[in-house]
Amino acid sequence: MHIMEGFLPPMHALGWTAASLPFLAWGLRAIGRDLRTHPERRMLLGVAAAFAFLLSALKLPSVTGSCSHPTGVGLGAALFGPAAMVPVGFVVLLFQALLMAHGGLTTLGANVFSMAIVGPLVSYGVLRGVGALGLSRSVAVFLAACLGDLATYVTTSAQLALAFPATVGGFEVSFLKFAGIFAVTQVPIAISEGLLTVLVVNAMVRFNAHELRALPVMALKERA
Amino acid sequence: MKKLPTLLLCAAIVLLTVLPLWLVRAPAEQAAFGGADARAQEAIGVIAPSYKPWFAPVFEPASDEIASLLFALQAAIGAGVIGYWLGLSVARERLRRDAAPAPVNAAAEARPSAAVGTVMPSSPQANRVD
Repeated sequence: MHIMEGFLPPMHALGWTAASLPFLAWGLRAIGRDLRTHPERRMLLGVAAAFAFLLSALKLPSVTGSCSHPTGVGLGAALFGPAAMVPVGFVVLLFQALLMAHGGLTTLGANVFSMAIVGPLVSYGVLRGVGALGLSRSVAVFLAACLGDLATYVTTSAQLALAFPATVGGFEVSFLKFAGIFAVTQVPIAISEGLLTVLVVNAMVRFNAHELRALPVMALKERA
Repeated sequence: MKKLPTLLLCAAIVLLTVLPLWLVRAPAEQAAFGGADARAQEAIGVIAPSYKPWFAPVFEPASDEIASLLFALQAAIGAGVIGYWLGLSVARERLRRDAAPAPVNAAAEARPSAAVGTVMPSSPQANRVD
């Protein structure tokens, strides 16, 4: 989902940066407030951030014959809400843009928007929605992480299609082309991320029930 | 966490990762298992052949080896923190279990510490944890 450095026209780069900044401020405030009222959550927040670091470094092979990586932000969003993962995703993407020439500074706004804003928002929404349907915690967490991951790659496809509409067919044709590259590749990887997130949440519920109390993930039923 | 579902989940993740390598043939004109990001870049070249990137990365890893070093470093930082948390959590639970008052029924009364087998002898430190 990394749009390479310089590969968004200046107005698009600027627009996505402007769109991402308020979310980043919102995320920083939310983390500050959360840790002041619940200092015991510090370590689990660190684990959620570490999970995003780990997963976004792993490029996995997929059914399309190309490689892509999970985002890892679904875990933190499912636990702490979508705001907390904006700064985490920002740090991961900045690290990769500065040191690895993976993504870029001009495309950082757009990449933050897809991976650190849309992904976590979708994950959190799915978690609450599936939870409200009365399904079990494992199912809710799996779908949250999996669909959040996919949503990130669909967003990247839309961003590229907006910047590069096809001369014949415009946005739609371009979107299908980019989605064919990103979203289809992502399907098995998103499933893996969903399963891995379930493993970590199961461990957290077992070992850290005290720190997690009052969070929405604990309100979900163990079994449907 | 129940053992069997955990093992099944791990197996599913490994299979999902390994099976594509084995079953999928990459399209002839492209390198097998290249990055999706690079393919999107090629697609931009097809849709807008006149587009020139207007900004270059500030720093580029000198080679693929250096790039993979940095990716490994990123993964290691993440895995290190997760390993620390998991180790701490398991140890904390064991200490709690050892410190818990022994159940009163006859079976458990015989040797409460035998039930946990080789797990930590109950030491004064172990008992101090709440």
